[in-house]
Amino acid sequence: MPAPNETADPVDLGALEPDRLDRDVAAALAAIAAADSLDALAVVRTANVDGQSAPLALARRELGSLPREHRAQAGRAHNAATGTVRAAYEARLAELTERRDAEILIAERVDVTLPVDRRRRGARHPLTLLSDRLTDVFVAMGYEVAEGPEVEHDWFNFEALNMAPDHPARSEHDTLYVAPEGSGRLLRTHTSPVQIRSLLARPLPVYVVCPGRTYRNDTIDATHSPVFGQLECLAVDEGITMADLRGTLEVFAQALFGSGLSTRLRPSFFPFTEPSAELDVQCFACHGDAGRQPCRVCSDEGWIEAGGCGMVDPNVLRACGVDPDRYSGFAFGMGLERAAMTRHDVREIRDFVDGDVRFGLPFGSEG
Amino acid sequence: MRIVMSWLREVVGPLPPAKAVAEALIRAGFEVEGLETVGSDLAGVVVGEVVAIEIVKTKKKDVRWCQVRVAELDDPAGGGAAVPGVRGVICGAFNFEVGDRVPVALPGAVLPGGFEITARRTYGHLSEGMICSARELGLGDDHGGILVLPPDIPIGADVNELLDIGDEVLDIAVTPDRGYGLSVRGIAREAATAFGLSFDDPGLGDTPPAGAGYPVRVEDTAACDRYVARAVSGVDLTARTPLSWGRRLSLAGMRPISVPVDVTNIVMVGLGQPLHAFDRAKLSGTIVVRRARAGERLVTLDGVDRVLDPEDLVIADDSGPVALAGVMGGAATEISAATTDIVLESAHFDPVTVARTARRHRLSSEASRRFERGVDPALAPVAAQRAVDLLVELARAAAEPGATDIDHRPPPVTVLFPLGEPERLAGRPYPVEVIRRRLADVGASVVDAPGLADSSDPEPSGPAGGSRHPGAPGTVLVTVPSWRPDLARPADLVEEVVRLEGYDTIPVTLPLLPAGRGLTEPQRMRRAVGRALAADGYVEVLTLPFVAEDAADLLSLPAGDERRAAVQVANPIAQDASYLRTTLLSGLIAAAGRNLGRGQADLALFECGLVFRELATVPVAAVTPPVDRRPSEAEIHALDGALPVQPRQVATVLTGRREPAGWWGPGRAADWSDALAGAHSVAAALGVELTVGAGSAMPWHPGRCAELSIDGRVVGHAGELHPRVLGATGLPPRSCAMELDLDALVAAALERPAVAAPAISTFPPADRDVALVTGTDVPVAAVTGALRAGAGELLESLSLFDVYEGDQVGPERRSLAFGLRLRAADRTLTAAEANEVRDAAVAEAASRTGAVLRG
Repeated sequence: MPAPNETADPVDLGALEPDRLDRDVAAALAAIAAADSLDALAVVRTANVDGQSAPLALARRELGSLPREHRAQAGRAHNAATGTVRAAYEARLAELTERRDAEILIAERVDVTLPVDRRRRGARHPLTLLSDRLTDVFVAMGYEVAEGPEVEHDWFNFEALNMAPDHPARSEHDTLYVAPEGSGRLLRTHTSPVQIRSLLARPLPVYVVCPGRTYRNDTIDATHSPVFGQLECLAVDEGITMADLRGTLEVFAQALFGSGLSTRLRPSFFPFTEPSAELDVQCFACHGDAGRQPCRVCSDEGWIEAGGCGMVDPNVLRACGVDPDRYSGFAFGMGLERAAMTRHDVREIRDFVDGDVRFGLPFGSEG
Repeated sequence: MRIVMSWLREVVGPLPPAKAVAEALIRAGFEVEGLETVGSDLAGVVVGEVVAIEIVKTKKKDVRWCQVRVAELDDPAGGGAAVPGVRGVICGAFNFEVGDRVPVALPGAVLPGGFEITARRTYGHLSEGMICSARELGLGDDHGGILVLPPDIPIGADVNELLDIGDEVLDIAVTPDRGYGLSVRGIAREAATAFGLSFDDPGLGDTPPAGAGYPVRVEDTAACDRYVARAVSGVDLTARTPLSWGRRLSLAGMRPISVPVDVTNIVMVGLGQPLHAFDRAKLSGTIVVRRARAGERLVTLDGVDRVLDPEDLVIADDSGPVALAGVMGGAATEISAATTDIVLESAHFDPVTVARTARRHRLSSEASRRFERGVDPALAPVAAQRAVDLLVELARAAAEPGATDIDHRPPPVTVLFPLGEPERLAGRPYPVEVIRRRLADVGASVVDAPGLADSSDPEPSGPAGGSRHPGAPGTVLVTVPSWRPDLARPADLVEEVVRLEGYDTIPVTLPLLPAGRGLTEPQRMRRAVGRALAADGYVEVLTLPFVAEDAADLLSLPAGDERRAAVQVANPIAQDASYLRTTLLSGLIAAAGRNLGRGQADLALFECGLVFRELATVPVAAVTPPVDRRPSEAEIHALDGALPVQPRQVATVLTGRREPAGWWGPGRAADWSDALAGAHSVAAALGVELTVGAGSAMPWHPGRCAELSIDGRVVGHAGELHPRVLGATGLPPRSCAMELDLDALVAAALERPAVAAPAISTFPPADRDVALVTGTDVPVAAVTGALRAGAGELLESLSLFDVYEGDQVGPERRSLAFGLRLRAADRTLTAAEANEVRDAAVAEAASRTGAVLRG
């Protein structure tokens, strides 16, 4: 017999007997399998897997007491037994953890369809949004945004725009005048006075877009309002032509109603442009296709009236000190309400000024 | 302008179908707003003779049981009736008698609109059809009674064939520059051009040479540069306007009245020349065209007694004014059913004079509408001749010899037209022959420009438009037609060439812009403000800026407040909208009221826009500069100086809950602090900081009003609205509001230097809490200011986490609990250092505000 292992206290060398090992493994596996919660498994772990008094741990202590020639084989047998038990334990641990997680997460489930709008929502006005959107199209092309007062002087609103006091076109403007009479003050009937102010204040060439509120003496009803938004663009440079106007209008029309729509110009009359035209944009709903009519958007016209335009009248240029023989320009103006009504299917123009929150909210912050 | 297609086809032919004509006119710049088809679906209406009438009395009204012969006696068509060829018809109209011939719709007939006639029992009789009015036949609007037909037309004849009822009408919106378009003649020229048809202009007809006719004297030849007078006598009072003409006039929108009246209308609609017919028997002496004299009066045809203005141009005789020139005739010389002798006026009046008179007397007529837009001055004798011819033909009148024609027309307008001008403006080449042909189409004559280039003294008052290269090669001299006063400059001629060639032939290009600078800072900032408020839960509204006279009273604004200097509208849309807002709150409160009325109680509204305030001094009328040159800076300044101030403001109104109620809890009512927070949101969006102090401005609650300022300048207020204002406006208790001068905020924001980024220390913070007791009258802002000053630069942030008032601190006292977060840039603070800073802060608060540490 070799010298006994002095560090070990051989208590029960029989624990390393193959039968005992098998029994201990079987008992451990049974206990692991029987553990039906993570807590129970934790107890089993101490008792049967790696606790200090677990049978396999006790058996391991005896290895040193074995004779050298037996030690290797017994070690291998013990390792195999431990491996089997640990694997079973890990598997069971994973299984129970998964079950516990599932139970907890189910228990903590909430109804995600509950309303969550604890903060009040806001919105910008659809006309503001449309004005910004269209303005941005022109700004992207290189235009700058010009502004002017809403109470204007007759000279800016009419006279400099080639509308002398007795011009018949004035009667179509239904002007709201500002007291006292004869002061020449009025609520601007269009954004065109901003053209004059731009030409007077800016160095040539001038490329500006002028959004703003305008006024007419109209009683409010479904389609008329005494106050309405306009957006106007003005380009004055050397060599500006109606072809440039057409190109610019196509860019604008696509921004407003979508790409792929054709435009057409109809001859018309404005005192401040010559030649003058009305812009029609192909109806975005029916494209003028009889098969898609009746069309509520365009009343089967196939075209939507989008605004007035033309080449700046030489008299307007002259009143602003611009030489009409050297410079030419185009101007285009459109009504925002009408465009917004078409685009968003608004039925009553009154909705724009009533301030009902139900009208404004769906437009959000970028419409 | 209603253009009757059969009339148009008579003047120019052969035209394609009406729809194609309408489309061509639209392409040429005449907006066709409607295309009506009339009478095409009319069938089964025949001429009947009324042979007996019997009144049927009912409770509501009387009707008549009429026996109408609808077939000649030997005609078997009426075979089924009790009396051969006679039908019994119930009729509600009373404007015909036994013996009259009327249109009768027999059972089975179809009236316009697909309305089918059947025999039916009514008023105790079997009514076998319907006697028709003009409107029921689709012959215009006349529904005053039955259409009584001439006595000589055959009984049983088909009315549709007889009257040629089937027709089409174009409703054209003529632009103010194209007066010639207010006539069949003018539209015919456009239609002929559009379809390449030859056009025999009826406005260029032959006229007898001028000679002594009815005596006329024109005193103001500038306002009346042409006056033609023709006389006819012996008008047959029994003559009636033929149905074909009556029908056309009806379709054109004129009610047929009598032969002389109808003739003047036929000529006006046909040629575009307004005529006036005087009853010669009622005229006394020479016709004089002059300005009215002070105090003169005239009763016009519409029965209104008018006081004339010395600027009014009148037609007068020995008795005084008998007509407002170009606007309306007088009642005293009006032709009547008994008029046999007529003096016809065919004149040309100055557009501005007519426009002013029409506006002054609020009297717009078919004549004034045409004169304002320009009538062809060459037309006067032609139109007069045409009217005389028609009176002779239709009323068996005799044309009196002599034709008065007082002609002071200026020479025709000529324009030096550089042939490159269409290409310069339209962006595509136009061959010379195309330009010449198109100018000929509009009636202009074109000759090569005389060689003015050789002249040593180019005539400045010469032809218009030749400022660039008078007489240079490629320039032509264009004599514009007399009916086109709108053509006076090269640009006007360019439009004619370009529109007739088609706007659709213009290419599509884009201008080459210089680099833009994008939105200006103020423009970007305004957008940021809108987005910030929307993100904060506010809904933007754009209210009407009109307010009633008592708007300032509603807000209890004190006397002398700048918001009482309201701008007044001279011709308001409504009496309660006769001023412009001086504060956005007026419109916002009204919008909130509308929402409340519709059941929306939790509101957060904002508006951004201009308010209008009259200057302290009474505005004086600025002298308007001429428009043939750039105004001087002084002139521009004077114009601007007459305008009210128009600052841009932003404002909010809050009612009900700020945070909604829900399954999470009861929500939270909006209060003064929410209004103030809104103001801070606006300021934060602009990168400026508002200084808050206790304020007392109306319309706010004097104890709950924050005065907001930047660098000592007050820029607005926020807080709870005054209970009196809430009572007056009907808003719920505790409603709140905020209003800021956005222009001032933006100006302050523009002055601020670029943001200096804070240095971020990565050392741990030291947090210290202190509770300080002060008098309740000490503003928190004063305490926080002192704490900040005392703590110095080691203070990273300061928060007020509790405010306590009650027994534990005693009356008129409150405890403020602050958290101080301290941090050094270069080290971890020791506990001793942190305590030292805290003590210094407390000491400063104690010395400035009397605060004591809470025991």
